Amino acid sequence: MSENGKPKFAMYWAASCGGCEIAVLNIHERILDVDANFEVAFWPVAMDAKYKDVEAMQDGEILLTLFNGGIRNEENEHIAKLLRKKSQLLVAFGSCANEGCIPGLANLSPMEALFETAYHTASTENPEGILPQYEYDVPEGTITIPTMYPVLRTLDQVVDVDYYIPGCPPESHQIEAVIDAVIAVLKGEAELPPKGTVLGVGTSTVCDECSRKRDVKKIKQFVRIQDVERIDPEICLLEQGILCNGPATASGCTALCPAAGAPCAGCYGPANGVIDYGARMMASVASVIDSRDPDEIDAILDGLVDPAGSFYRFNLAHSLLHTGQASWNGKGS
Amino acid sequence: MTNEFDPVIIGFTCNWCSYRAADMAGTARIKYPHNVRLMRLMCSGRLDPTFVLKALAGGADGVLLTGCHPGECHYLEQNYKALRRVKLLKRTIAAMGIEPERVKLVWASAAEGTFLAKEIGVFVEEIKALGPLNWPQRAGINGIPVHQPEIEEVPA
Repeated sequence: MSENGKPKFAMYWAASCGGCEIAVLNIHERILDVDANFEVAFWPVAMDAKYKDVEAMQDGEILLTLFNGGIRNEENEHIAKLLRKKSQLLVAFGSCANEGCIPGLANLSPMEALFETAYHTASTENPEGILPQYEYDVPEGTITIPTMYPVLRTLDQVVDVDYYIPGCPPESHQIEAVIDAVIAVLKGEAELPPKGTVLGVGTSTVCDECSRKRDVKKIKQFVRIQDVERIDPEICLLEQGILCNGPATASGCTALCPAAGAPCAGCYGPANGVIDYGARMMASVASVIDSRDPDEIDAILDGLVDPAGSFYRFNLAHSLLHTGQASWNGKGS
Repeated sequence: MTNEFDPVIIGFTCNWCSYRAADMAGTARIKYPHNVRLMRLMCSGRLDPTFVLKALAGGADGVLLTGCHPGECHYLEQNYKALRRVKLLKRTIAAMGIEPERVKLVWASAAEGTFLAKEIGVFVEEIKALGPLNWPQRAGINGIPVHQPEIEEVPA
Protein backbone atom coordinates (compact mmCIF):
# COMPACT_ATOMS: atom_id res chain seq x y z
CA MET A 1 0.00 0.00 0.00
CA SER A 2 1.36 3.44 -0.89
CA GLU A 3 1.21 6.66 1.14
CA ASN A 4 -2.06 7.68 -0.49
CA GLY A 5 -3.63 4.38 0.47
CA LYS A 6 -3.87 3.04 -3.07
CA PRO A 7 -2.57 -0.43 -3.95
CA LYS A 8 0.50 -0.51 -6.17
CA PHE A 9 0.52 -1.40 -9.86
CA ALA A 10 3.49 -2.30 -12.06
CA MET A 11 3.97 -3.10 -15.72
CA TYR A 12 7.19 -4.39 -17.24
CA TRP A 13 8.42 -5.32 -20.69
CA ALA A 14 10.97 -8.02 -21.29
CA ALA A 15 11.63 -9.36 -24.84
CA SER A 16 8.72 -7.69 -26.62
CA CYS A 17 7.89 -4.94 -29.08
CA GLY A 18 6.09 -2.45 -26.83
CA GLY A 19 2.72 -3.06 -28.45
CA CYS A 20 1.27 -4.36 -25.16
CA GLU A 21 2.08 -1.04 -23.45
CA ILE A 22 0.34 0.80 -26.27
CA ALA A 23 -2.62 -1.56 -25.96
CA VAL A 24 -2.96 -0.64 -22.28
CA LEU A 25 -2.83 3.08 -23.10
CA ASN A 26 -5.26 2.44 -25.96
CA ILE A 27 -8.12 1.95 -23.53
CA HIS A 28 -8.34 5.77 -23.68
CA GLU A 29 -10.04 7.50 -20.75
CA ARG A 30 -10.39 4.19 -18.91
CA ILE A 31 -6.71 4.52 -18.04
CA LEU A 32 -7.92 7.16 -15.55
CA ASP A 33 -9.75 4.39 -13.68
CA VAL A 34 -6.41 2.62 -13.32
CA ASP A 35 -4.88 5.82 -11.96
CA ALA A 36 -7.84 6.44 -9.64
CA ASN A 37 -7.57 2.98 -8.10
CA PHE A 38 -3.83 2.27 -8.26
CA GLU A 39 -0.54 3.91 -7.48
CA VAL A 40 1.71 3.25 -10.47
CA ALA A 41 4.85 2.03 -8.72
CA PHE A 42 6.94 0.81 -11.63
CA TRP A 43 6.31 1.15 -15.36
CA PRO A 44 9.51 1.83 -17.30
CA VAL A 45 7.73 2.80 -20.51
CA ALA A 46 5.44 5.36 -18.91
CA MET A 47 7.47 6.76 -16.04
CA ASP A 48 10.98 7.01 -14.67
CA ALA A 49 11.82 4.26 -12.22
CA LYS A 50 14.95 2.40 -11.25
CA TYR A 51 15.40 -1.30 -10.61
CA LYS A 52 16.87 -0.45 -7.21
CA ASP A 53 13.56 1.18 -6.20
CA VAL A 54 11.82 -2.15 -6.86
CA GLU A 55 14.60 -4.04 -5.07
CA ALA A 56 14.06 -1.80 -2.01
CA MET A 57 10.35 -2.72 -1.82
CA GLN A 58 9.06 -5.28 0.61
CA ASP A 59 8.00 -8.68 -0.71
CA GLY A 60 4.43 -8.56 -2.00
CA GLU A 61 4.32 -4.77 -1.83
CA ILE A 62 3.01 -4.48 -5.41
CA LEU A 63 -0.53 -5.77 -5.71
CA LEU A 64 -0.72 -6.26 -9.47
CA THR A 65 2.03 -6.64 -12.08
CA LEU A 66 1.32 -6.96 -15.77
CA PHE A 67 4.40 -8.59 -17.29
CA ASN A 68 4.76 -8.57 -21.05
CA GLY A 69 7.58 -10.01 -23.11
CA GLY A 70 9.45 -13.30 -23.13
CA ILE A 71 12.61 -14.18 -21.19
CA ARG A 72 15.45 -13.82 -23.66
CA ASN A 73 18.38 -12.67 -21.50
CA GLU A 74 19.78 -12.46 -17.99
CA GLU A 75 18.14 -9.08 -17.33
CA ASN A 76 14.65 -10.34 -18.33
CA GLU A 77 15.04 -13.30 -15.98
CA HIS A 78 16.33 -11.16 -13.11
CA ILE A 79 13.40 -8.72 -13.35
CA ALA A 80 10.86 -11.54 -13.76
CA LYS A 81 12.12 -13.13 -10.53
CA LEU A 82 12.30 -9.76 -8.79
CA LEU A 83 8.75 -8.79 -9.75
CA ARG A 84 7.50 -12.21 -8.78
CA LYS A 85 8.89 -11.66 -5.30
CA LYS A 86 7.53 -8.13 -4.97
CA SER A 87 4.06 -8.77 -6.45
CA GLN A 88 1.02 -10.44 -4.99
CA LEU A 89 -0.47 -11.06 -8.42
CA LEU A 90 1.77 -11.61 -11.43
CA VAL A 91 -0.02 -11.62 -14.78
CA ALA A 92 1.52 -12.83 -18.04
CA PHE A 93 0.24 -10.07 -20.29
CA GLY A 94 0.24 -10.48 -24.05
CA SER A 95 1.39 -13.23 -26.35
CA CYS A 96 5.17 -12.97 -25.67
CA ALA A 97 4.86 -13.57 -21.93
CA ASN A 98 2.20 -16.24 -22.49
CA GLU A 99 3.58 -18.27 -25.35
CA GLY A 100 6.70 -16.62 -26.82
CA CYS A 101 5.07 -14.89 -29.78
CA ILE A 102 7.26 -13.63 -32.66
CA PRO A 103 10.44 -13.37 -30.54
CA GLY A 104 9.90 -17.07 -29.73
CA LEU A 105 10.31 -17.96 -33.41
CA ALA A 106 14.00 -17.20 -32.94
CA ASN A 107 14.10 -20.53 -31.06
CA LEU A 108 14.30 -22.11 -34.53
CA SER A 109 17.73 -20.60 -35.14
CA PRO A 110 21.06 -20.78 -33.29
CA MET A 111 22.32 -17.55 -31.75
CA GLU A 112 25.09 -17.19 -34.34
CA ALA A 113 22.44 -17.06 -37.07
CA LEU A 114 20.44 -14.46 -35.15
CA PHE A 115 23.48 -12.19 -34.79
CA GLU A 116 24.37 -12.77 -38.43
CA THR A 117 20.88 -11.65 -39.51
CA ALA A 118 20.77 -8.72 -37.12
CA TYR A 119 24.23 -7.29 -37.79
CA HIS A 120 25.50 -8.53 -41.13
CA THR A 121 22.65 -8.79 -43.63
CA ALA A 122 21.95 -6.26 -46.38
CA SER A 123 19.36 -4.39 -44.35
CA THR A 124 21.96 -3.42 -41.73
CA GLU A 125 24.53 -0.65 -42.25
CA ASN A 126 27.52 -2.14 -40.44
CA PRO A 127 30.62 -1.86 -42.70
CA GLU A 128 33.06 -2.51 -39.84
CA GLY A 129 31.21 -5.65 -38.81
CA ILE A 130 30.76 -4.49 -35.22
CA LEU A 131 29.08 -6.97 -32.88
CA PRO A 132 27.90 -6.26 -29.35
CA GLN A 133 30.28 -7.58 -26.68
CA TYR A 134 29.16 -8.85 -23.28
CA GLU A 135 32.12 -7.03 -21.72
CA TYR A 136 33.94 -3.98 -22.98
CA ASP A 137 36.77 -2.06 -21.39
CA VAL A 138 36.61 1.74 -21.44
CA PRO A 139 38.83 4.22 -19.50
CA GLU A 140 36.18 4.51 -16.80
CA GLY A 141 36.01 0.76 -16.22
CA THR A 142 34.35 -2.31 -17.68
CA ILE A 143 30.91 -2.10 -19.26
CA THR A 144 28.78 -5.23 -19.30
CA ILE A 145 25.48 -6.04 -20.98
CA PRO A 146 23.13 -8.89 -19.99
CA THR A 147 23.96 -12.35 -21.33
CA MET A 148 21.62 -13.55 -24.05
CA TYR A 149 20.19 -17.04 -23.62
CA PRO A 150 20.16 -19.63 -26.45
CA VAL A 151 16.36 -19.82 -26.40
CA LEU A 152 13.46 -17.61 -25.41
CA ARG A 153 11.31 -18.84 -22.54
CA THR A 154 7.83 -17.76 -21.58
CA LEU A 155 7.15 -16.18 -18.21
CA ASP A 156 5.66 -19.32 -16.66
CA GLN A 157 8.69 -21.35 -17.72
CA VAL A 158 10.75 -19.10 -15.43
CA VAL A 159 8.51 -18.08 -12.51
CA ASP A 160 5.13 -18.92 -11.05
CA VAL A 161 2.33 -17.02 -12.85
CA ASP A 162 -1.08 -16.20 -11.35
CA TYR A 163 -3.10 -15.21 -14.42
CA TYR A 164 -2.77 -15.11 -18.16
CA ILE A 165 -4.04 -12.45 -20.57
CA PRO A 166 -3.22 -13.51 -24.15
CA GLY A 167 -3.30 -11.54 -27.39
CA CYS A 168 -0.85 -9.75 -29.64
CA PRO A 169 -1.68 -7.31 -28.26
CA PRO A 170 -4.69 -7.97 -26.00
CA GLU A 171 -7.77 -6.21 -27.36
CA SER A 172 -8.87 -2.98 -25.65
CA HIS A 173 -12.31 -4.27 -24.72
CA GLN A 174 -10.75 -7.33 -23.10
CA ILE A 175 -8.28 -5.21 -21.11
CA GLU A 176 -11.15 -2.97 -19.97
CA ALA A 177 -13.12 -6.02 -18.83
CA VAL A 178 -10.16 -7.28 -16.82
CA ILE A 179 -9.60 -3.84 -15.24
CA ASP A 180 -13.28 -3.68 -14.30
CA ALA A 181 -13.01 -7.13 -12.72
CA VAL A 182 -9.88 -6.17 -10.75
CA ILE A 183 -11.50 -2.97 -9.47
CA ALA A 184 -14.58 -4.95 -8.44
CA VAL A 185 -12.31 -7.27 -6.45
CA LEU A 186 -10.60 -4.26 -4.82
CA LYS A 187 -13.96 -2.90 -3.74
CA GLY A 188 -14.89 -6.26 -2.31
CA GLU A 189 -17.69 -6.77 -4.84
CA ALA A 190 -16.18 -9.86 -6.46
CA GLU A 191 -13.82 -12.75 -5.76
CA LEU A 192 -10.53 -13.41 -7.50
CA PRO A 193 -10.76 -16.14 -10.14
CA PRO A 194 -8.85 -19.39 -9.46
CA LYS A 195 -5.09 -19.19 -9.96
CA GLY A 196 -4.00 -20.03 -13.49
CA THR A 197 -7.14 -18.66 -15.11
CA VAL A 198 -6.79 -17.27 -18.63
CA LEU A 199 -8.49 -13.88 -18.54
CA GLY A 200 -9.80 -11.63 -21.28
CA VAL A 201 -10.51 -14.45 -23.69
CA GLY A 202 -13.51 -16.37 -25.03
CA THR A 203 -14.19 -20.04 -24.41
CA SER A 204 -14.40 -21.08 -28.05
CA THR A 205 -12.38 -20.61 -31.24
CA VAL A 206 -11.97 -17.73 -33.67
CA CYS A 207 -13.99 -19.75 -36.23
CA ASP A 208 -16.92 -19.59 -33.85
CA GLU A 209 -16.83 -15.79 -33.87
CA CYS A 210 -16.09 -15.51 -37.58
CA SER A 211 -18.99 -14.46 -39.80
CA ARG A 212 -17.63 -16.15 -42.93
CA LYS A 213 -19.58 -19.05 -44.39
CA ARG A 214 -18.04 -22.50 -44.28
CA ASP A 215 -19.72 -25.59 -45.64
CA VAL A 216 -17.51 -27.45 -48.11
CA LYS A 217 -14.53 -27.97 -45.78
CA LYS A 218 -12.36 -29.33 -48.57
CA ILE A 219 -9.11 -27.94 -49.94
CA LYS A 220 -7.47 -28.82 -53.24
CA GLN A 221 -4.61 -26.32 -52.99
CA PHE A 222 -3.00 -23.84 -50.65
CA VAL A 223 -2.27 -20.34 -51.84
CA ARG A 224 -0.39 -17.50 -50.21
CA ILE A 225 -2.63 -14.51 -49.66
CA GLN A 226 -0.43 -12.20 -51.74
CA ASP A 227 -0.95 -14.50 -54.73
CA VAL A 228 -4.75 -14.36 -54.58
CA GLU A 229 -6.33 -12.05 -57.12
CA ARG A 230 -9.67 -11.70 -55.43
CA ILE A 231 -10.62 -12.91 -51.97
CA ASP A 232 -14.27 -13.87 -51.68
CA PRO A 233 -15.67 -11.61 -48.93
CA GLU A 234 -18.11 -14.19 -47.58
CA ILE A 235 -16.57 -17.67 -47.81
CA CYS A 236 -14.22 -19.16 -45.20
CA LEU A 237 -10.60 -18.27 -46.00
CA LEU A 238 -9.42 -21.81 -45.34
CA GLU A 239 -11.88 -23.07 -47.93
CA GLN A 240 -10.35 -20.57 -50.35
CA GLY A 241 -6.98 -22.25 -49.75
CA ILE A 242 -5.59 -19.46 -47.55
CA LEU A 243 -4.08 -20.90 -44.38
CA CYS A 244 -6.13 -19.45 -41.53
CA ASN A 245 -5.34 -20.36 -37.91
CA GLY A 246 -8.89 -19.82 -36.68
CA PRO A 247 -9.62 -23.50 -35.84
CA ALA A 248 -6.97 -23.66 -33.09
CA THR A 249 -7.08 -20.09 -31.80
CA ALA A 250 -8.97 -18.88 -28.75
CA SER A 251 -11.89 -16.56 -29.39
CA GLY A 252 -12.00 -13.15 -27.82
CA CYS A 253 -10.82 -10.85 -30.59
CA THR A 254 -14.22 -10.86 -32.42
CA ALA A 255 -12.45 -12.41 -35.46
CA LEU A 256 -11.14 -9.05 -36.66
CA CYS A 257 -8.62 -10.36 -39.19
CA PRO A 258 -10.86 -12.75 -41.18
CA ALA A 259 -13.53 -10.03 -41.24
CA ALA A 260 -10.99 -7.75 -42.92
CA GLY A 261 -9.98 -10.45 -45.42
CA ALA A 262 -6.76 -11.44 -43.67
CA PRO A 263 -6.30 -14.96 -42.28
CA CYS A 264 -6.13 -15.45 -38.52
CA ALA A 265 -2.48 -15.58 -37.51
CA GLY A 266 -3.27 -17.12 -34.13
CA CYS A 267 -2.22 -14.28 -31.83
CA TYR A 268 -4.79 -15.10 -29.13
CA GLY A 269 -3.09 -18.41 -28.49
CA PRO A 270 -4.44 -21.93 -28.05
CA ALA A 271 -8.18 -22.35 -27.60
CA ASN A 272 -9.59 -23.95 -24.48
CA GLY A 273 -8.32 -27.55 -24.19
CA VAL A 274 -5.59 -27.30 -26.84
CA ILE A 275 -2.28 -28.65 -25.50
CA ASP A 276 -0.10 -27.96 -28.52
CA TYR A 277 -1.29 -25.19 -30.79
CA GLY A 278 0.59 -26.29 -33.90
CA ALA A 279 -0.54 -29.88 -33.49
CA ARG A 280 -4.16 -28.76 -33.42
CA MET A 281 -3.62 -26.74 -36.58
CA MET A 282 -1.91 -29.66 -38.31
CA ALA A 283 -4.76 -31.96 -37.32
CA SER A 284 -7.43 -29.64 -38.68
CA VAL A 285 -5.59 -28.62 -41.85
CA ALA A 286 -4.74 -32.21 -42.76
CA SER A 287 -8.36 -33.20 -42.20
CA VAL A 288 -9.74 -30.84 -44.83
CA ILE A 289 -7.27 -31.63 -47.60
CA ASP A 290 -9.31 -33.27 -50.31
CA SER A 291 -7.09 -36.07 -51.59
CA ARG A 292 -6.32 -39.72 -50.97
CA ASP A 293 -3.37 -39.92 -53.30
CA PRO A 294 0.04 -39.69 -51.57
CA ASP A 295 1.65 -37.76 -54.44
CA GLU A 296 -1.26 -35.36 -54.75
CA ILE A 297 -1.24 -34.79 -50.97
CA ASP A 298 2.45 -33.90 -51.19
CA ALA A 299 1.74 -31.50 -54.05
CA ILE A 300 -1.00 -29.80 -52.02
CA LEU A 301 1.24 -29.61 -48.94
CA ASP A 302 3.96 -27.97 -51.06
CA GLY A 303 1.69 -24.92 -50.95
CA LEU A 304 2.46 -24.56 -47.24
CA VAL A 305 5.90 -23.02 -47.64
CA ASP A 306 6.70 -22.51 -43.96
CA PRO A 307 4.88 -25.07 -41.79
CA ALA A 308 6.76 -24.42 -38.53
CA GLY A 309 6.44 -20.65 -38.90
CA SER A 310 2.78 -20.83 -39.89
CA PHE A 311 1.56 -23.27 -37.26
CA TYR A 312 3.74 -21.96 -34.44
CA ARG A 313 3.94 -18.27 -35.30
CA PHE A 314 2.92 -17.23 -31.79
CA ASN A 315 3.25 -20.43 -29.84
CA LEU A 316 6.65 -21.99 -30.50
CA ALA A 317 8.28 -21.23 -27.14
CA HIS A 318 5.32 -22.73 -25.29
CA SER A 319 4.79 -25.70 -27.61
CA LEU A 320 5.64 -29.27 -26.60
CA LEU A 321 8.95 -29.17 -28.48
CA HIS A 322 9.59 -25.63 -27.24
CA THR A 323 12.43 -24.93 -29.65
CA GLY A 324 14.06 -26.02 -32.87
CA GLN A 325 17.00 -28.37 -32.68
CA ALA A 326 19.45 -25.85 -34.11
CA SER A 327 19.07 -23.31 -31.33
CA TRP A 328 20.22 -25.51 -28.52
CA ASN A 329 22.60 -27.87 -30.27
CA GLY A 330 25.33 -27.09 -27.81
CA LYS A 331 26.14 -23.84 -29.59
CA GLY A 332 24.31 -21.58 -27.18
CA SER A 333 25.91 -19.03 -24.87
CA MET B 1 26.18 -54.43 -20.59
CA THR B 2 27.00 -52.84 -23.86
CA ASN B 3 26.79 -49.17 -24.67
CA GLU B 4 24.85 -49.80 -27.84
CA PHE B 5 22.07 -47.31 -28.43
CA ASP B 6 18.76 -48.87 -27.40
CA PRO B 7 16.06 -46.61 -28.87
CA VAL B 8 12.67 -45.94 -27.34
CA ILE B 9 9.89 -46.06 -29.92
CA ILE B 10 6.26 -45.31 -29.27
CA GLY B 11 3.90 -47.19 -31.56
CA PHE B 12 0.28 -46.27 -32.13
CA THR B 13 -1.75 -49.14 -33.55
CA CYS B 14 -5.24 -49.35 -34.96
CA ASN B 15 -7.65 -51.53 -32.99
CA TRP B 16 -9.05 -53.22 -36.09
CA CYS B 17 -5.91 -54.26 -37.94
CA SER B 18 -2.37 -53.67 -36.73
CA TYR B 19 -3.10 -54.12 -33.01
CA ARG B 20 -4.45 -57.53 -33.94
CA ALA B 21 -1.49 -58.10 -36.24
CA ALA B 22 0.81 -57.48 -33.28
CA ASP B 23 -1.34 -59.79 -31.21
CA MET B 24 -1.09 -62.42 -33.92
CA ALA B 25 2.69 -62.03 -34.05
CA GLY B 26 2.74 -62.71 -30.32
CA THR B 27 0.46 -65.75 -30.55
CA ALA B 28 2.54 -67.14 -33.40
CA ARG B 29 5.74 -66.57 -31.37
CA ILE B 30 7.16 -64.24 -33.98
CA LYS B 31 9.85 -62.11 -32.36
CA TYR B 32 10.21 -58.40 -32.89
CA PRO B 33 12.49 -55.90 -31.11
CA HIS B 34 11.54 -54.85 -27.59
CA ASN B 35 12.14 -51.18 -28.42
CA VAL B 36 8.62 -50.43 -29.53
CA ARG B 37 5.91 -49.69 -26.95
CA LEU B 38 2.59 -50.26 -28.63
CA MET B 39 -0.52 -48.30 -27.77
CA ARG B 40 -3.94 -49.04 -29.11
CA LEU B 41 -6.06 -46.41 -30.79
CA MET B 42 -9.48 -47.10 -32.20
CA CYS B 43 -8.23 -45.94 -35.60
CA SER B 44 -5.07 -44.48 -37.11
CA GLY B 45 -7.22 -41.41 -37.81
CA ARG B 46 -7.45 -40.93 -34.04
CA LEU B 47 -3.80 -39.95 -34.00
CA ASP B 48 -3.62 -36.35 -32.89
CA PRO B 49 -0.21 -34.89 -33.87
CA THR B 50 -0.02 -33.84 -30.21
CA PHE B 51 0.59 -37.52 -29.30
CA VAL B 52 3.64 -37.66 -31.56
CA LEU B 53 5.07 -34.33 -30.38
CA LYS B 54 4.54 -35.30 -26.74
CA ALA B 55 6.33 -38.61 -27.30
CA LEU B 56 9.31 -36.92 -28.97
CA ALA B 57 9.43 -34.09 -26.42
CA GLY B 58 9.23 -36.65 -23.62
CA GLY B 59 12.22 -38.68 -24.75
CA ALA B 60 11.11 -41.06 -27.51
CA ASP B 61 13.55 -41.53 -30.39
CA GLY B 62 10.86 -42.40 -32.93
CA VAL B 63 7.12 -42.78 -33.36
CA LEU B 64 5.42 -45.50 -35.40
CA LEU B 65 1.84 -45.28 -36.56
CA THR B 66 0.16 -48.33 -38.06
CA GLY B 67 -3.24 -48.51 -39.70
CA CYS B 68 -5.42 -50.45 -42.12
CA HIS B 69 -4.46 -50.59 -45.77
CA PRO B 70 -5.92 -47.81 -47.94
CA GLY B 71 -9.53 -48.58 -48.73
CA GLU B 72 -9.92 -50.95 -45.78
CA CYS B 73 -10.53 -48.53 -42.91
CA HIS B 74 -13.13 -49.65 -40.40
CA TYR B 75 -14.31 -46.03 -40.30
CA LEU B 76 -14.39 -45.65 -44.10
CA GLU B 77 -11.52 -43.26 -44.80
CA GLN B 78 -9.88 -42.14 -41.58
CA ASN B 79 -6.62 -43.85 -42.52
CA TYR B 80 -6.32 -41.36 -45.39
CA LYS B 81 -6.65 -38.62 -42.81
CA ALA B 82 -3.86 -40.26 -40.84
CA LEU B 83 -1.74 -40.32 -44.00
CA ARG B 84 -2.26 -36.58 -44.53
CA ARG B 85 -1.55 -35.76 -40.89
CA VAL B 86 1.68 -37.77 -40.85
CA LYS B 87 2.85 -36.15 -44.08
CA LEU B 88 2.15 -32.66 -42.71
CA LEU B 89 3.67 -33.48 -39.33
CA LYS B 90 6.89 -34.74 -40.96
CA ARG B 91 7.25 -31.43 -42.81
CA THR B 92 6.74 -29.42 -39.63
CA ILE B 93 9.19 -31.37 -37.47
CA ALA B 94 11.72 -31.26 -40.31
CA ALA B 95 11.44 -27.47 -40.21
CA MET B 96 12.10 -27.68 -36.48
CA GLY B 97 15.30 -29.64 -36.95
CA ILE B 98 14.08 -33.18 -36.25
CA GLU B 99 14.70 -35.85 -38.90
CA PRO B 100 11.28 -36.58 -40.44
CA GLU B 101 12.27 -40.26 -40.67
CA ARG B 102 11.69 -40.49 -36.92
CA VAL B 103 7.97 -40.65 -37.65
CA LYS B 104 6.78 -43.56 -39.77
CA LEU B 105 3.43 -44.74 -41.04
CA VAL B 106 2.95 -48.44 -41.89
CA TRP B 107 -0.14 -50.18 -43.23
CA ALA B 108 -0.69 -53.65 -41.77
CA SER B 109 -3.86 -55.75 -41.79
CA ALA B 110 -4.93 -58.10 -39.00
CA ALA B 111 -3.52 -61.02 -40.98
CA GLU B 112 -0.06 -59.48 -41.38
CA GLY B 113 1.60 -60.37 -38.08
CA THR B 114 4.80 -61.48 -39.77
CA PHE B 115 4.89 -58.35 -41.92
CA LEU B 116 4.32 -56.03 -38.94
CA ALA B 117 7.07 -57.72 -36.92
CA LYS B 118 9.43 -57.28 -39.85
CA GLU B 119 8.48 -53.62 -40.30
CA ILE B 120 9.05 -52.92 -36.60
CA GLY B 121 12.50 -54.46 -36.97
CA VAL B 122 13.23 -52.29 -40.00
CA PHE B 123 12.10 -49.13 -38.18
CA VAL B 124 14.21 -49.92 -35.11
CA GLU B 125 17.25 -50.28 -37.36
CA GLU B 126 16.43 -46.98 -39.07
CA ILE B 127 16.18 -45.20 -35.71
CA LYS B 128 19.42 -46.81 -34.54
CA ALA B 129 21.09 -45.42 -37.65
CA LEU B 130 19.73 -41.93 -36.89
CA GLY B 131 20.95 -42.06 -33.29
CA PRO B 132 19.29 -40.81 -30.14
CA LEU B 133 17.00 -37.78 -30.25
CA ASN B 134 17.38 -37.02 -26.54
CA TRP B 135 15.07 -34.01 -26.70
CA PRO B 136 14.59 -33.43 -22.93
CA GLN B 137 18.27 -33.80 -22.08
CA ARG B 138 19.53 -31.67 -24.93
CA ALA B 139 16.92 -28.99 -24.42
CA GLY B 140 17.94 -28.86 -20.78
CA ILE B 141 21.41 -27.44 -21.42
CA ASN B 142 22.36 -24.19 -19.67
CA GLY B 143 19.55 -24.70 -17.22
CA ILE B 144 16.91 -24.08 -19.87
CA PRO B 145 13.98 -26.30 -18.98
CA VAL B 146 11.49 -27.68 -21.46
CA HIS B 147 7.90 -26.76 -20.91
CA GLN B 148 5.99 -29.76 -19.58
CA PRO B 149 2.20 -29.76 -19.79
CA GLU B 150 0.22 -30.96 -16.84
CA ILE B 151 -0.35 -34.69 -16.90
CA GLU B 152 -4.00 -35.48 -17.24
CA GLU B 153 -5.30 -38.24 -15.00
CA VAL B 154 -7.42 -40.64 -17.01
CA PRO B 155 -9.49 -43.17 -15.07
CA ALA B 156 -8.64 -46.73 -16.06
